[in-house]
Amino acid sequence: MVGPGAGGGAPLENANPLIYRRSGERPVTAREEDDELPDSIDDREIFDLIRTINDPEHPLTLEELNVVEQVRVKVNDAESTVAVEFTPTIPHCSMATLIGLSIKVKLIRSLPERFKLDVHITPGTHASEHAVNKQLADKERVAAALENSHLLEVVNQCLSARS
Amino acid sequence: CLENTDPRTRGRGIQLLSQVLLQCYSLLQEKEVLHLVLFYENRLQDHHLVIPSVLQGLRALSMCEVLSPGLAVSVLKAIFQEVHVQSLLQLDRHTVYSIITNFMGSREEELKGLGADFTFGFIQVMDGEKDPRNLLVAFQIVRDLITKNYALGPFVEELFEVTSCYFPIDFTPPPNDPHGIQREDLILSLRAVLSSTPQFAEFLLPLLIEKMDSDLQSAKLDSLQTLTACCAIYGQKELQEFLPSLWSSLRREVFQTASEKVETECLTALHALSVCLSRSVVSSDTEDLLDSFLSNILQDCRHHLCEPDMKLVWPSAKLLQAAAGASLRAYNCITRSVLPLLLEQYTKHPQSSQRRTILEMLLGFLELKQKWGHVEEDESTLLSLQAPVCSVVFSALTDPSVQLQLVGIRALTVLGSLQGFLSPSDLELVVDHLIRLALHEEDSQSSKAAMEAAGSLAPIYPKVFSGRMVPRLEEELQSGREEESSRDHCSLQQRCLQALAAVSTHTSIVRDTVPVLLQHLRKVQKGSEARNAQDVVSVCQSLHRVALQCQQDVEGCWYYHQTVVPCLLATAVQAAMQESTHPLLGKVLLEEEVLAAMVPVISAATTHLSPELAAQSASHVVPLFLDGEVSFLPQNSFPCSFQPFEAGESLEAQRRLVALLMAFVCSLPHNVAIPQQERLLQELLALSCSCNCPFTATTAAKCFAGLVNKHPEGQQLDEILQLAVNRMEPSLVEGPRRTQALTLLLWVTKALVLRYHPLSSHLTDKLLGLLGDSELGPAVADGFFLLMAESPDVLHKGCHANVRIMFRQRFFTDNVPKLVQGFHAAGPGVKANYLKALSHVLNHLPKPVLVTELPTLLSLLLEALSCSDRVVQLSTLSCLQPLLLEAPQIMSLHIDTLVTKFLGLTSSPTMAVRIAALRCAHALTSLPVTVLLPYKARVIRALAKPLDDKKRLVRKEAVAARGEW
Repeated sequence: MVGPGAGGGAPLENANPLIYRRSGERPVTAREEDDELPDSIDDREIFDLIRTINDPEHPLTLEELNVVEQVRVKVNDAESTVAVEFTPTIPHCSMATLIGLSIKVKLIRSLPERFKLDVHITPGTHASEHAVNKQLADKERVAAALENSHLLEVVNQCLSARS
Repeated sequence: CLENTDPRTRGRGIQLLSQVLLQCYSLLQEKEVLHLVLFYENRLQDHHLVIPSVLQGLRALSMCEVLSPGLAVSVLKAIFQEVHVQSLLQLDRHTVYSIITNFMGSREEELKGLGADFTFGFIQVMDGEKDPRNLLVAFQIVRDLITKNYALGPFVEELFEVTSCYFPIDFTPPPNDPHGIQREDLILSLRAVLSSTPQFAEFLLPLLIEKMDSDLQSAKLDSLQTLTACCAIYGQKELQEFLPSLWSSLRREVFQTASEKVETECLTALHALSVCLSRSVVSSDTEDLLDSFLSNILQDCRHHLCEPDMKLVWPSAKLLQAAAGASLRAYNCITRSVLPLLLEQYTKHPQSSQRRTILEMLLGFLELKQKWGHVEEDESTLLSLQAPVCSVVFSALTDPSVQLQLVGIRALTVLGSLQGFLSPSDLELVVDHLIRLALHEEDSQSSKAAMEAAGSLAPIYPKVFSGRMVPRLEEELQSGREEESSRDHCSLQQRCLQALAAVSTHTSIVRDTVPVLLQHLRKVQKGSEARNAQDVVSVCQSLHRVALQCQQDVEGCWYYHQTVVPCLLATAVQAAMQESTHPLLGKVLLEEEVLAAMVPVISAATTHLSPELAAQSASHVVPLFLDGEVSFLPQNSFPCSFQPFEAGESLEAQRRLVALLMAFVCSLPHNVAIPQQERLLQELLALSCSCNCPFTATTAAKCFAGLVNKHPEGQQLDEILQLAVNRMEPSLVEGPRRTQALTLLLWVTKALVLRYHPLSSHLTDKLLGLLGDSELGPAVADGFFLLMAESPDVLHKGCHANVRIMFRQRFFTDNVPKLVQGFHAAGPGVKANYLKALSHVLNHLPKPVLVTELPTLLSLLLEALSCSDRVVQLSTLSCLQPLLLEAPQIMSLHIDTLVTKFLGLTSSPTMAVRIAALRCAHALTSLPVTVLLPYKARVIRALAKPLDDKKRLVRKEAVAARGEW
């Protein structure tokens, strides 16, 4: 079940979470400015895509909450696969599915179609890990979830740039 | 007809009378006024149709100066009694407010005689007012009632009720509102009323606390700002009762809010509260409210400081700092408890990221201390902690984490600026740390920060720095000659040079560092290796930085000028002479990049000279170039004579030094007369037209242009310009020196365009004509960039050039129609030149001007997008992007073309064009949604392709654009 429980006056599940430092903008190298050389898609590039996603509960990004980490992003450009593991802040976090969905949608929108996406919870960090992973892996359920205009709005809110 | 039985007719009669009175109220006699007033008062009881006109008449009378005493009161009493104001129309209510305002302006004493009745009457008049126009006036009246001490009597609460019911203001002006009342106006005038008297406190504070809990962000912000405003006049007495609930509201907002605005306002409000509490005098028998308030804050925030990883650590630190920043007393009270805690936490947490957070908080508290400057003995809290604070900061400086080092360096700067805080031995340690970080730290960020810290501390402790740091740097600079080739050594030298420049922020240090730098310059110049050019350039960069730092100081600037300029000229001249005898030696100094690096040094050393000193210096430098007068240079024994303007192949090297002459004469202040100016101009003109070396020719042209720009109006100027035109025109038509002539033309045109000289239009026309030239056309098009852009070395404000504001706009309006015309008339081969010139002009125009001129040019810009020249594409795209954001209405009309072109350009072979096109595609999303919807699917599909672009930077833009669509 996914629901936007954060708004209004409902108490937060985790009111004072640990926060982590944001990594800076990736410095532009001379190689990247050279028109001739191709740059392959690497872990950091994928991480840059998802690190700025907002948490549904806190005014913080997934990176600041350490929900996503660069070491948990695996990319293989040649074989066109991306695997992302994310870690909910607490084991019974009800937002886990929503976070996973946001990551997935962001990647679908930002990556070439050739890539096969795999988004799942870091093993052993969530109470109903298996169920959430199954939901996220099921293409039809993801597509159906995105037909729900209310849910889509919540996801877009997470993806929108911070004002 | 005033006595007609039909009220409409009566009304018209009175209206006529009132209109007449409005025109001539200043001419009335006292008796006439009395009579009229009695008449009008009587008419107030008349039929309601008549009332509006009656009020108009009363308004006219209220402006009379000859109104006899007592009448104002009786008029107001009559209005209060007879008229039910809130049932009138907006305009008539406004009339009533005007009458009251007029009387309050002219008959203050009489109205005060009415006592609280007047206040009560007014409360009844304004109760229920809804129109924003009237509210503005009414709020003003209430404010005057309060500030001018009218008797409020028992009606304080009523007056508060009648105004506070509008709080917080929720008003959005209707679109196309002709009255132009903004929400902000109402908010401010209501705030002025509410915060005008402490008497409102007992009613207002609960209201504010309630509104802070509101879900509406605007209501929160308004309450917080009003609270801040109130604190300016409230005292302990008013606040006492509400402090705990105020604090808990503020704390809740800061801890939980997502909005930075709310947080800032909360902190401001807390600061204001704390200021307010610190201001009031403590009486011996009551408890000190400030102390109890602060101890409340401390109690709630302190424990969060011990958890440097948690989310609430920064909000707590900010709250504490806001409260501590209010007064010295508050500061001492808070730091007494917080500083030892932070120091203890620093040692408890070994991880550098945690330490960094703690140190940053500590730094915040130390920075607050600067506000009070040097305060004597009783600041014991900080002094007693001197040793542990220093040891914490020093340990941060030696930490391997760069982030921690950076904070440590900032803390060091703050500690240094607290006078008397650092002991001499600590200071030496500080300098040693700074030297180590500046020279040997691998990370360039820390090294740079250390140099900056040295630069800002040097003026405070000049002796320590010139005695300890400069010799060390000098030593390092000279030491490395044995192991010359190593790259480490090279970068070490670079660091030394930069550090020397950075630390030269005090006159006495400049006197030590400049000789070191010059000596190093001479040493490097004697070597003959390839990388020496690079070395000389970096010495020049350091010299330039020193020059900029001592420009403001008259004495230092003159010292610098006197030392550096002759020395540079002498070494350069020497090098130029040597070349004529030994062609291999001393070439370094004549390379273009080296000369180009010397130009800003001389220029910066000259611009801030006082006119007398500048003239004195000019009398040396100009003869040097014209007559080879070398006597003022140090070491002036040269093998042959210096004649840069003489013809002859062997003198090529000497001619290059015109660059140095340019740097000097073009930077002189406006009112300095240049000796032998006419001769100099002629020589420069000849050189620029005849020289084969492009560097020399361009420099001479720039120098000529720089002088022409400052030349006073008159016959002489006309003559010299005529001469220049005569020389240029034939060589522009044909011959081997067309490029030189064009360069000269461009620079002279720029000089004249900048000063609005009448000849400039003639010259621009010539340039426009040349755009159609198949050979020079592209160069002319690029020349438009030169005309519009700020040039780095001559002809800009910094070197006292005669630059009129808005010259770009003027150039635009004068020439763009001609450009457009030329474009349509031009042959297919040269059309691109016009587009390029146009895009250069547009790119340098301020955006607001561009937006208004857009409709006429848009079709041309769209055409430019299909031009194959990528410079044109790029500049057109960068032109269109801001327009998309600022003028969506106009751009919407062309959406179809825009989408097609942008998407087409996303597969351009040039990376920069692809990026710009994607940015434009991103900017398209700011157009109205209805316009975009038909294209959405197509754009999203098309943007999928650049997602797989081979360049990462392109992919980044594509992701942003596609995500937005």
